[in-house]
Amino acid sequence: MSLLQVKNLNLFLDGKKILDNLSLDVWEGHVHALVGPNGAGKSTLAFTIMGLSGYQNIQGDIIYKGESITHMGLDERARKGITLAWQEPARFEGLKVKDYLKVPSHGKDKKTLEQVLNQVGLEPANYLNRAVDKTLSGGERKKIELASILAMKPRIALLDEPDSGIDVESLEKIFEAVKILKKDGTTVVLITHSLAVLKQAEHAFLICCGRLLKKGTIDKISRYFGEKCIPCDHKNRPQNSQQGSSS
Amino acid sequence: MNSVDQLFQYTQTDSSVLKDPEVAHVVLNQNKVLGQNTVPGLNVDLKEMKEGIQAFLTVEEGIHIPKTVHLCFGMMPEKGVQRIEMEINLEKNSRLAVLAHCVFPTAVDVQHIMNATINIAEGAQYSYIEKHIHSLEGGVKVYPKATVHLGPYAQYKTEFDLLKGRVGLIDIDYQTHCDTKSVLEMTAKINGLAQDTIKVNETGFLNGKGARGVLTSKIAVRDEAKAEIRNKLTASAPYARGHVDCKEIVQDNGTATAIPIVEVHNPKAHITHEAAIGSVDAKQLQTLLSRGLSEDEAVELIIQGLLS
Repeated sequence: MSLLQVKNLNLFLDGKKILDNLSLDVWEGHVHALVGPNGAGKSTLAFTIMGLSGYQNIQGDIIYKGESITHMGLDERARKGITLAWQEPARFEGLKVKDYLKVPSHGKDKKTLEQVLNQVGLEPANYLNRAVDKTLSGGERKKIELASILAMKPRIALLDEPDSGIDVESLEKIFEAVKILKKDGTTVVLITHSLAVLKQAEHAFLICCGRLLKKGTIDKISRYFGEKCIPCDHKNRPQNSQQGSSS
Repeated sequence: MNSVDQLFQYTQTDSSVLKDPEVAHVVLNQNKVLGQNTVPGLNVDLKEMKEGIQAFLTVEEGIHIPKTVHLCFGMMPEKGVQRIEMEINLEKNSRLAVLAHCVFPTAVDVQHIMNATINIAEGAQYSYIEKHIHSLEGGVKVYPKATVHLGPYAQYKTEFDLLKGRVGLIDIDYQTHCDTKSVLEMTAKINGLAQDTIKVNETGFLNGKGARGVLTSKIAVRDEAKAEIRNKLTASAPYARGHVDCKEIVQDNGTATAIPIVEVHNPKAHITHEAAIGSVDAKQLQTLLSRGLSEDEAVELIIQGLLS
């Protein structure tokens, strides 16, 4: 069953078409992957679904639980249960990790905050009173942002490059966190060009040049991505510009 | 409740510290000394004046005052002037930490004028934190002025916080002269609302070889508030190192100016500066919005973080 539908989405940025008549369905309770080469429009699609500033002037429609959310602001979409983890999370000078994690968990107790930090492989005693600022590495901020998503328990989590800046030892923790999100009823969309991340999903969309090139099983999409996209001379351009989506 | 407790309750600090004989303190209401305690090695001499007080504090050579000294410079009347003339001397290798509470909880038209001369002798360490708590009327005018002399290897760390209530007008003017291998850290954190006016003028002279200094200002201005920050570091000795850092968040019709000045008179000295003024960072804001906060809630949290 579709939880979120993107219908004929077009987006222009600085006069350039970034999303090109893109349509896809995100199924409730599944882990999806949005794959494609750099510049394909994956993050742009996530920003547009989330309604970030600069990504709201679109043609087409975004339907969430049967209701158009195209006209809604970012915070309104979030309160409906949609959220986003950035490829490079923001730094907050002076804001402590415990206060940052309380934002989405609406004052939940310390035990919850400790639990979500443990789930991403961070020792709570070492992090709760630290600031979410430049004293944390990119990987630590990435994990803390994922912890904040776990605390939020959203209906849909768009995770942009969840492995970015994460060391090999911690990668399993990130993948476990994705499983926890799913178990808690969150529909997950992993935005990636990594085959390791792609394999955590049950279903994938392949995007190229702002268009949906293919969708289907992980095996099918990873094979196509490896065989056709990686060696493609025309990076980020469909091999057949007339080709639409196919299952 | 006695008059000391009555005033001290506004400091948001546990008043039991005033009952600890090992904690030195002074509690002033305008020009009246309401309470005082001192500890061995710390000499405090207070003289009441018509509109304020003269205070002389000396820490004897080699003495480390073990517990933070509390100075409460408050004023309960709605109108009036409080003038503090203060001289602080830290003798060689002494140590002192002071938490000053400046509370004007009912102020409608109050002036708080502080003129301080601070001498920190060789190897001495002085930490001074000044926390202001004002009424919501905006009727307080604060003029803190200090001249500080740091001897060789001395350290001076100071923080000025004005985060509770309305600023009214604040006009900080601090000058510090730093001798060989001394260390200066000066921070101001101020939250301006409505028609508040904030002026910060801090200067550090790194005169001694290897002297170090950091001047930091973190200011938020909202509504119609105005802020002008002039922080200057001058290095005139080899291996002097310094940094001037100013961050200002501007919301609504607030206005902010930052003028970091760095001056180097020796080729072996090095000073850097950084100033950032603007609205809250878009990525910070959008991150918090994507967790379901409203824009007002998100801005408040970001500003609280900056000023924390």
